[in-house]
Amino acid sequence: MPFKRYVEIGRVALVNYGKDYGKLVVIVDVIDQNRALVDAPDMVRTQMNFKRLSLTDITIDIKRVPKKKTLIAAMEAADVKNKWENSSWGRKLIVQKRRASLNDFDRFKLMLAKIKVWNPSRFYSALIDKLSYLV
Amino acid sequence: MVTCKFHQYQVVGRALPSETEEHPKIYRMKLWSTNEVRAKSKFWYFLRKLKKVKKSNGQMLAINEACIILKLELIILSLIFEKNPTKIKNYGIWLRYQSRTGYHNMYKEFRDTTLNGAVEQMYTEMASRHRVRHHCIQIIKTATIPAKLCKRESTKQFHNSKIKFPLVFKVVRPPSRKLKTTYKASRPNLFM
Repeated sequence: MPFKRYVEIGRVALVNYGKDYGKLVVIVDVIDQNRALVDAPDMVRTQMNFKRLSLTDITIDIKRVPKKKTLIAAMEAADVKNKWENSSWGRKLIVQKRRASLNDFDRFKLMLAKIKVWNPSRFYSALIDKLSYLV
Repeated sequence: MVTCKFHQYQVVGRALPSETEEHPKIYRMKLWSTNEVRAKSKFWYFLRKLKKVKKSNGQMLAINEACIILKLELIILSLIFEKNPTKIKNYGIWLRYQSRTGYHNMYKEFRDTTLNGAVEQMYTEMASRHRVRHHCIQIIKTATIPAKLCKRESTKQFHNSKIKFPLVFKVVRPPSRKLKTTYKASRPNLFM
């Protein structure tokens, strides 16, 4: 199987370990076989090991080591944010985050919603059953 | 930012003034060591080999550390700084090291963003490739080399503005050490 995602200048990657976990960053230059210079609109340009990066399908059109302004403009032009949020990988991460941030009431609502979808006949009896705890 | 084990120090010292020599010459050295105490010790080691002065009849005048400066920090003290820690540079390091059979000189090239990082790379590479421990290495000279003058193929192969290569296999690991488990439910998928 040939490779589809290459380390190249302009490749967007997701940080999968460490302090910047979960951020989308752009590979701005390659230091050596194991490290890249990496930049994002909201962070200082740093070096990062490739082991901490998961390459995505998105690339943007930049020259080697662009200025911050050029980088942000290129990211807008390539519409990285929307492409990421509409991709299946990006959507899965958003759902994961949402599920992790539920509070107890949200989980209760989720439980009832699931029962309603899968077993409508049970839903009303379950609702009355759960609400009886409040009375 | 990577925390480097090796720090660069600028150490200044001279012999103690005596009746024969009212104003002895002041010597300055740039060294790499893990801490200040070791830097001072290294300074006297080298000065002893070059001049007739020891720590017992000498005095330390100043010791300053070289730091990485990020753009927005205001610095008032006089310290040595890495001017541009976000720019990749090719560092050439000349060193003298002791192997099991004698002393040798060596020239090595490294690509890194900071000089301290390159020096640390050098120490680890000497330890792995030649089994030389760090106290058997003396750094003669370090310099930033422009791309045209680099000698080693392994640094020259990264001098490509359209560099492109695939990552051959994926490192599968949990996002933090706390989530590590001994057993996994399924085999990992190593394709990037």
